[in-house]
Amino acid sequence: MSETSVSQGTTGTAGSFVYTAGPATGNEILIDGWELIVGLEVHVELATLTKLFSASANRFGDDPNTNIDPVTLGLPGALPVLNRHAVELAMRIGLALNCTIQPSTFHRKNYFYPDMPKAYQISQYDQPINVNGFLALPDGKQIGIERAHLEEDTGKSTHFGGTGGRIHGSDYSLIDFNRAGVPLVEIVSRPDIRTAEEARQYVTELRSILVAIGASDAKMEEGSMRCDANVSVHKPGTPYGTRCEIKNVNSIRSLGRAIEYEARRQIDMNDAGETVRQETRHWDENDGRTHTLRSKEDADDYRYFLEPDLVPLHPSAEWIQAVRDAMPMLPGARRARLSQATGVPADAEAIMVVVERGQDDYVLAVAAAGGDVGRALVHVKEAFADEGATPTVPAADLAGLTLLEVRGSITATQAKTVLADIVAAGGGDATAIAAAKGFEAMDTGALEAMVDQVLADNPVAWAKYCSGEDKAMGALVGAAMKASQGKADGKLVTALVQAKRKG
Amino acid sequence: MSAPTSASSAVQIAAGVRSGQLKAADVLEEHLARIDNREGEIHAFNLVLADQARAAAAAVDAAVAAGNDPGPLAGVPVALKDNMCTHGIATTCSSKILDGWKPPYDATVVTRLIAAGAVTVGKTNLDEFAMGSSTENSAFGATRNPRDTSRVPGGSSGGSAAAVAAGFSSVSLGSDTGGSIRQPAALCGVVGVKPTYGYVSRYGLVAFASSLDQIGPFTNTVEDAALLLDVIGGHDPMDSTSIPAPQPSLLGAIQQGVEGLRVGRITDLPEGADPDVVERLEAAFDALRAAGATIVDVQVPAFSYGLTAYYLIAPAEASSNLARYDGVRYGMRVNAPDTNSMYGVTRTAGFGDEVKRRIMLGTYALSAGYYDAYYGKALKVRRMIADDFDRAYQRADVLLTPTSPTVAFPFGAKGDNPFAMYLCDVYTIPTNLAGHPGMSVPFGTGAEGLPVGVQVLSGTLGEPQMFRTAAALERAMGAAK
Repeated sequence: MSETSVSQGTTGTAGSFVYTAGPATGNEILIDGWELIVGLEVHVELATLTKLFSASANRFGDDPNTNIDPVTLGLPGALPVLNRHAVELAMRIGLALNCTIQPSTFHRKNYFYPDMPKAYQISQYDQPINVNGFLALPDGKQIGIERAHLEEDTGKSTHFGGTGGRIHGSDYSLIDFNRAGVPLVEIVSRPDIRTAEEARQYVTELRSILVAIGASDAKMEEGSMRCDANVSVHKPGTPYGTRCEIKNVNSIRSLGRAIEYEARRQIDMNDAGETVRQETRHWDENDGRTHTLRSKEDADDYRYFLEPDLVPLHPSAEWIQAVRDAMPMLPGARRARLSQATGVPADAEAIMVVVERGQDDYVLAVAAAGGDVGRALVHVKEAFADEGATPTVPAADLAGLTLLEVRGSITATQAKTVLADIVAAGGGDATAIAAAKGFEAMDTGALEAMVDQVLADNPVAWAKYCSGEDKAMGALVGAAMKASQGKADGKLVTALVQAKRKG
Repeated sequence: MSAPTSASSAVQIAAGVRSGQLKAADVLEEHLARIDNREGEIHAFNLVLADQARAAAAAVDAAVAAGNDPGPLAGVPVALKDNMCTHGIATTCSSKILDGWKPPYDATVVTRLIAAGAVTVGKTNLDEFAMGSSTENSAFGATRNPRDTSRVPGGSSGGSAAAVAAGFSSVSLGSDTGGSIRQPAALCGVVGVKPTYGYVSRYGLVAFASSLDQIGPFTNTVEDAALLLDVIGGHDPMDSTSIPAPQPSLLGAIQQGVEGLRVGRITDLPEGADPDVVERLEAAFDALRAAGATIVDVQVPAFSYGLTAYYLIAPAEASSNLARYDGVRYGMRVNAPDTNSMYGVTRTAGFGDEVKRRIMLGTYALSAGYYDAYYGKALKVRRMIADDFDRAYQRADVLLTPTSPTVAFPFGAKGDNPFAMYLCDVYTIPTNLAGHPGMSVPFGTGAEGLPVGVQVLSGTLGEPQMFRTAAALERAMGAAK
C-alpha cells in the first residue's frame, strides 16, 4: 500500500495519547513488510481494604450491593475523601515502573451510564501521580510507561434479554455497585511493543510486579486486571498508522490473539487500498475477531474539569521515601540475583518459573545451607510446583540431597526418587532415604564395563551414533539406564559414550 | 413581628434552657404557634417537623432535668434549608426530581446542631437546587417575605430567611453559592453569614457548585450568628475541602470593638444600587467611623467581572453535579423505551426552567472547543478577583458594600428576564469566587420601609474582624432606635 494513505491516517490521531516514535528496538519483526506498533492500557484494581473515596469494603465476590454507602452510590450531598493506602499503592506502582512521582490532581470525566452513580468518574487527567517510567521485559528490552494514574472503578451492569449481553435492546439490567469506587491504577505504556509476544511478556511481567509489590492480585479472569490494546501498523521509516483501540481482552492469551488478528486486519486493509479508521473495537473471544464498537466521531465529550470536591495530591518527599524504603525486591532484580548465583541466564525458564512462584529465596537458602545452587534450582522448579514461596521441606534437607549428587553418591535419576519422598513427607534426610532404597552410585569401572556391554547389545544405534546421528545417543543412554536399573548417572554414561566415539 | 416572649435570641434561649429557667418545650411551642398562625401565608417550609421537634425538645428538657448539659444550642429552634440531608427525612432541594428520596444520613451540620441541643423545626423552601435570587424557582411554590408578603424574600435561601424573620425558628441555616444567604438576609431584615470557603463542612449539602457552595447561618443578632458558626464550623474529615485547623471562637471576637479597624470603601464598585441602599451604606461608613474605625479607599478592579465569571463556573459545576439525577437509583423516574430516552424524559419532567438553563449553559461552557474560551477564561478571572481582593486587604481589614442593589421586589418583577435576576447578586458573587467570608447585617430601612442590609467582607478566615464590624453596625442601629 502507498505510504500516502498511512500518513493520512496519522493526521487523524487525536486525544491525550499521541503516538511518537519509541526507542529503536533492533528486533523489529515485519509482517509482509509491515511493522506492528502496540501500546497497552492496563487497569488494575488496588488491593486496598476500602474504596478510593469511601469506607466501604473493596472486596470481590460479595452479594450484590452490600459494599455501598452514600459516596459509592453518589447520593446527593456525599463527598469523596481520598484513601491514603490507595495513594501509597499507586506510588509503589510508580516506583516499580521507574516513574517520576509528581504533584497531581483529580478531574471529573462526565458521561451518562447507569452503573456510573455520579454520572462522572473521578480520574487523574493532565497531572497524573506517576509519569515517564519503563518496564524491563525479562530479555532486557524496555517498554516506556507514559503514566500510571489513579481513578475509581464503575459499578457492574448485567443486561438481560436482547442480544449479546449489551444494554442496547435488553429487556432490563441489574446493577451491582460493589465495584463502584474501587481504586484503580491505569498504566499506560508508550507504543514501544512490536509483537504480540512482547505484549504478552509485558502484561505477564507487569502482573508479576503488581503481585510482588502487593498492589493488586491482578487477576484478569476476575477483572482485577484489564487490558486494552492500541494497535496500528506502518511501513518502517514512515509515520505510524492510524490506531484502533481493542477492548474486552480478558486473558493474556486473548491479548496475543486479538493483537495478531487486528494487525492482520489492518495490514489487509492497507494492502487492499482501504483506509484504517480510528475507532474502538471489541474483541470477540468466540469468533476470534475484533468488531467496531464506536468510531472516533461517536466518542463522548467527557467535559473534563478539575474535581472541586478534592484538593491537590502532593506527596511529601518523606512520604515517597518511606514508600520506597518499604518496597520489596522486584521480579527482575530477583531473577538477576538468581542468575548471578546459578550462572543460568535470567530469562531461562527455570529462573522465570522459580521467581514467579517466589521460591528464589528458598533456592538461595539451599545454597546457604551448603547445597549446590544449580541442582537446587532444577529440583525446586521440577518438584515444588505445588509449594508456595516458603516450601515445607527444610532448605537443609534439599541441600543434603544436592550434596549426594555432587559427590556422585547417587545418580540424577535416583535423586528424583529421593526428592519425591522428601517432598511427600515435607522433609527428610536424603542420605538415609537413599540408603533405605539401596541406592548407591556405580563405580566408574563397573559403569564402563556396562556401557561397553550396552554398545555391543545395540549395534544399530551405536553405528548410527558413530556416523554422526547424535540423536541415537538417547537410545544408548536409555538402554544403559535400563541395564543399571536406574543406578547409572545419565551424564556419566553420555560422557563415556561420547569418549568412545572419539576414541 | 411578634417578638418571642420567652427570649429574644438564640443565645438567651440556650442560656435559659441550660439553666433550667426556660423549658425547650415551651420555647418550641411558641415557635410552632407562630408557624400555625402564619405559615399558610408565608410558605417558608417544605416540611414542618412538629412531632420530631417536640420529641427533641422533650429530650433537651429531660437532659437538663437529669443534670446534663444539652449543649450550647440547648432548646434553640432551628430551620434547615431543604438542600441539607436529614436522615430518614425527605430532602427535596425544592425539585420534583428528588421526589420521594429520603437520605440515609445526616449532613455534618445537622449532626453538629443536634449534638449541640438544637431542635429542628422544619426544612425550608428554596429556589430549585439553590438556583435563583427570589425563591420563586421552587417546584413547590414561592415563599413570601414576612416584611411585606407582596414581595419576594430573596433567594435562594428565601425559606430560611423568612423562617427567622417570621419567628418560625430562632435561627436557620442556608447555603450561599453566589449570595444565597446574604441577599435574602438583606431582603428579610435578618443577619446572614457566608463563611470562608471550607469553614463549614459541605458533607450532606446537596451540591450546586461545589467550589462555591458554603453553609451559613440566618439569625436575628450578630451574636447568634457567632454562636451558630462556632457550633457548625471547624474541620470535618468527611469534606476534603474543609479547612484542617480549629477556628477561633467568634463569640469571643465580637466582644471587641472596631477601634483602629481599617474599613475599606471600594471606589470602583459596580454601579446600579438604588439610592436608598446607597444612603444606608453611607450611614454605615459613618457609624463605623464614629465607633473608631478608619475608612480607607481601595480598588478591586476585577469585581465587576465577577457576575459573568460566576455564570460560567457555577453552571459548569452544576451541569456535572446534577447529572446524577438520571432516574436510575432514586427520586423521580419517567419510564421510556430505552435508557437514554428515560434519562431525557425524566430530567425534562423533573427539573424546572432555571435549572435546565444552567445545565445547558454549563455543559456548553465545558464542551470541547469551547472550554478555553468560556470555562478556562472564567477561571482566570476568578484568580484575578482573588488577587485584587488580596491587594485590597493589605490596606483594609474589612470592606463594606451593599448586599443587594435593591430592597425586596414584588413577585414576578424579574420573572421574564433571567439576567435581571442574576444582577441581584452582583455585590455578593465576587466573594464566593474568592472563597472569602461575607455577611449581611440589617442596617435600617429604605424605600417603603423595607429592610436594607449592609455587606461586610473580609479576606480568608477574616471572620473575627468581619463579626466585630457587624456587631458595631448592630450596636449603632440599636443606639439609633
